[in-house]
Amino acid sequence: MFDVDLIRKDFPVLSRELPGGRSLVYLDSGNSSQKPNQVIDTMRDHLAHHYSNVGRAHHTLGAESTAAYEDARDVIAAFVGAPSRDEIIFTKNASEALNLVAYAFGNPIATDERFRVGPGDEIVISEMEHHSNIVPWQLLAQRTGATLRWFKVTDEGRLDLDDLNDLVNERTKIVSIVHQSNVLGTVNSVSPILARAREVGALMMLDASQSVPHMPVDVTELGVDFVAFTGHKMVGPSGIGVLWGRRELLDAMPPFLGGGEMIEAVWMDRSTYAPVPHKFEAGTPPIVEAIGLGAAADYLTGIGMADVKAHEKALTGYALDALGEVPGLKVIGPRTNISRGGTISFTLKNLSGDDIHPHDVGQVLDDAFGIAVRVGHHCARPLHLRFGIPATTRASLYLYNTTDEIDALARGLHHVQKVFG
Amino acid sequence: MIAESMYQELILEHYKHPQGRGLRDPFDAEVHHVNPTCGDEITLRVKVDEGKVLDVSYEGQGCSISQAAASVLHELATGSTVEESLGVVDEFTRLMQGRGQVEADEDVLGDAVAFAGVAKYPARVKCALLSWMAYKDAVVRSA
Repeated sequence: MFDVDLIRKDFPVLSRELPGGRSLVYLDSGNSSQKPNQVIDTMRDHLAHHYSNVGRAHHTLGAESTAAYEDARDVIAAFVGAPSRDEIIFTKNASEALNLVAYAFGNPIATDERFRVGPGDEIVISEMEHHSNIVPWQLLAQRTGATLRWFKVTDEGRLDLDDLNDLVNERTKIVSIVHQSNVLGTVNSVSPILARAREVGALMMLDASQSVPHMPVDVTELGVDFVAFTGHKMVGPSGIGVLWGRRELLDAMPPFLGGGEMIEAVWMDRSTYAPVPHKFEAGTPPIVEAIGLGAAADYLTGIGMADVKAHEKALTGYALDALGEVPGLKVIGPRTNISRGGTISFTLKNLSGDDIHPHDVGQVLDDAFGIAVRVGHHCARPLHLRFGIPATTRASLYLYNTTDEIDALARGLHHVQKVFG
Repeated sequence: MIAESMYQELILEHYKHPQGRGLRDPFDAEVHHVNPTCGDEITLRVKVDEGKVLDVSYEGQGCSISQAAASVLHELATGSTVEESLGVVDEFTRLMQGRGQVEADEDVLGDAVAFAGVAKYPARVKCALLSWMAYKDAVVRSA
């Protein structure tokens, strides 16, 4: 039984007091989520009693650390429905996972035709991407002479698939799309794009940084080729991210970073490489962070991702209604609670109809009411340009948020309008 | 209500009624500065004659702090000498980068002293400095 009051007790920070006696209203989980005791304690216990290097330390602590690190891989594989644990690559974040795949293309070491990219080839992304799913592909296009193309976004904040057959065509090598937008909250429908990608022989990647923490995600059911997500947005620590990829593709890809533990044998003039996943995990990995991420996935599984999703859907409906009653507030993204998550970005005017800058909105919400939201372009500048606005205020919800907190936000916004009236 | 100490009446007044806003001719240099973390931007022109600042004109978008700072800058710099105005810029920069630990020289800063509270908010210091850095850049280019 999902009980938000009980869940809140797991997160020590939620009951802290901010300077000036304000209580915390944390509505910035899309930026980074808070951590439950279960994650904090697991990491502390490992550091205190088991820590050593993994893979290469042949003693008791080395064995314990290695076991805990590899157990975390099993947990993550199960959490996202990966057919094989070897398909889970630990990275430092989702950006690194996306870069790892982008750098596999157009690399002279790559002999597999699917990863050859040159002039005439095309890469397809969308206008609603986070910079981490834009810049790596821009760099790939610049390195190889390939052409970068993108889906447009409709006024309602949905992907515009009218041009699907033109955009994804025989020249397309990869399509990389966000699963849930970090600004609009839109959850994109993968299947029509994937069907077209398959038709033309293109690979498909999903940036699932904002979906894996908030809904059941099964990579096998999704049917795409690569999925990237990050630990710190799913009640885990920062410094750890995940790339899931199809084994057969990961095997065909060249290594990304070279270094310790990613090799099989090294001579002065050449090397052979370890099998996946270790081929892509050069150097000492973020050991305790990976173990913490495993604890985070266990925690979320214990609560039930279907229940997390249901809680957030109810909260999102409540928030869309509450914010809809604030005069001068415009939601940027779907206003209906269908195929969208609990990320709500908006612009705000004062009662005279003048824009109030999100920086000013966020500052007053924080300083006067302890409400933490994110303000700015949320690492999605092209999307803001598309809507003709420099920035938005964003409230992003998670399993520990309550309707009281949304009421506090609505009250806070009325106060903001008075200050800048 | 910590915010009230940052949003001084004078700042809100300049924000609501910006002084000298709008790009004007003639000018000796025009610069465009942006704050990449928040998208605030300003285009600023200066007209200088024999070491005297005849006009500072600007157009931009951003938060109340960045807009008010540009307005105050216009008032302080226009009509003063380049040398004096750069002294004010230096003092303002020192205040903003002082993390709230620096005592402002009110004789030098005039109205700009109202921004002292901003220095306690590292994320907002760049907002206050945007137009002032643009001004410094424009003056250098006008020489």
